[in-house]
Amino acid sequence: MVLWNLFQTFFIMGFVSFGGGYAMIPIIEAAVTKYGWMSTEQFTDMIAIAGMSPGPIAANSAILIGYTTAGLSGAIVSAVAILLPSLFLVITAASFFIKLHHNPVVERMFYGLKPIVTSLIIFAALKFALANNLITFQVSFRYISTVIIFGLSLFALLKLQWNPVYVIILSGLVGITLYS
Amino acid sequence: MKVKGLLVLQIFWTFFKISPVTFGGGFAMVPLIIKEIVEKRKWLTNDEFTDVIALSQTVPGAVAVNSATFIGHRIGGIRGAVAAMIGVSLPAFFIVISFGIFYFNIQDNQKLEAAFTSITVSIVAIIVFAAIKVAKTAIYDKTTFFIMIAGVPLLFFIHPIIVIFLGAITGIIVTSFGRKLNHCIELNNNKEEDLTTNPDYFMGSGI
Repeated sequence: MVLWNLFQTFFIMGFVSFGGGYAMIPIIEAAVTKYGWMSTEQFTDMIAIAGMSPGPIAANSAILIGYTTAGLSGAIVSAVAILLPSLFLVITAASFFIKLHHNPVVERMFYGLKPIVTSLIIFAALKFALANNLITFQVSFRYISTVIIFGLSLFALLKLQWNPVYVIILSGLVGITLYS
Repeated sequence: MKVKGLLVLQIFWTFFKISPVTFGGGFAMVPLIIKEIVEKRKWLTNDEFTDVIALSQTVPGAVAVNSATFIGHRIGGIRGAVAAMIGVSLPAFFIVISFGIFYFNIQDNQKLEAAFTSITVSIVAIIVFAAIKVAKTAIYDKTTFFIMIAGVPLLFFIHPIIVIFLGAITGIIVTSFGRKLNHCIELNNNKEEDLTTNPDYFMGSGI
């Protein structure tokens, strides 16, 4: 049953997986809440590990959630579920020589789809911040350090153009220094 | 089309080798694909490669997986596509599973907990960064801005998959009024050049 739920969730997600992995967080989160697969804290950690690993964030998250809920078979089922739609869609597009990126209907669809993908990512950031109590106004050491870590991370990504993986690793070291 | 087993193996191995460098974004793979597939093995020309990247972004799914599958299909048919997909996914699968196992074994460690407290904050920053990157290509007039703003509160009440479909339908409806479509296509064309010449552009969001 768990395996079927995993397969179903990630298979459907594979068909709407536009705009990169972070846009898929709300879909994964909806399924995690619905089936009670793990705590919010664990889910947050899973996304962090997915971001640290090579490979697509969405697939990595699927694999980790599959592993947490049903062991190695869960991981394999989730990976296959998220890959199958890509395989099917790419082969279809390639076999029929469909020039999707110059197709007027696809262009029109993407006109609305891209802003929605942006909303999904903003929503994911909001949900994450809320779930981990990052949006509060209690001035404490914890809160101030959080704001500084957030600001520095964003600075490193936007201005210094660091690879997100390095930001995660450095942030982990900062966390060990500050909070343990 | 008859495909030799050797070719299928070659396809598998080529993507298997490239895959572990996709740390931090599928587009990190682009220079390596050019080197291996276009320059060394001459399986694709540069123009074909540009097409592959464009198509891989349009089809749902990860850019790295889609482009590998598409290239595999070009070279070796369906068997080639499957070989490339497995090749590009396997190393990532093993690495993420190892990280997962490592995490579960030392989950209650105080230091790890402290590290993740800070990492969570950085993940929010990374997601905000991804939103900014996507917004740069997605938001270019009042209508797209409005769709983005309207989408966020909607997501608190409606399942994300339904919201995605609503977005696509809105796009089709809105573009049937006025000349927005021309504008949209123009912008897309400009961006294609951006993406192939500057793969870093989508770093952290195109994955």
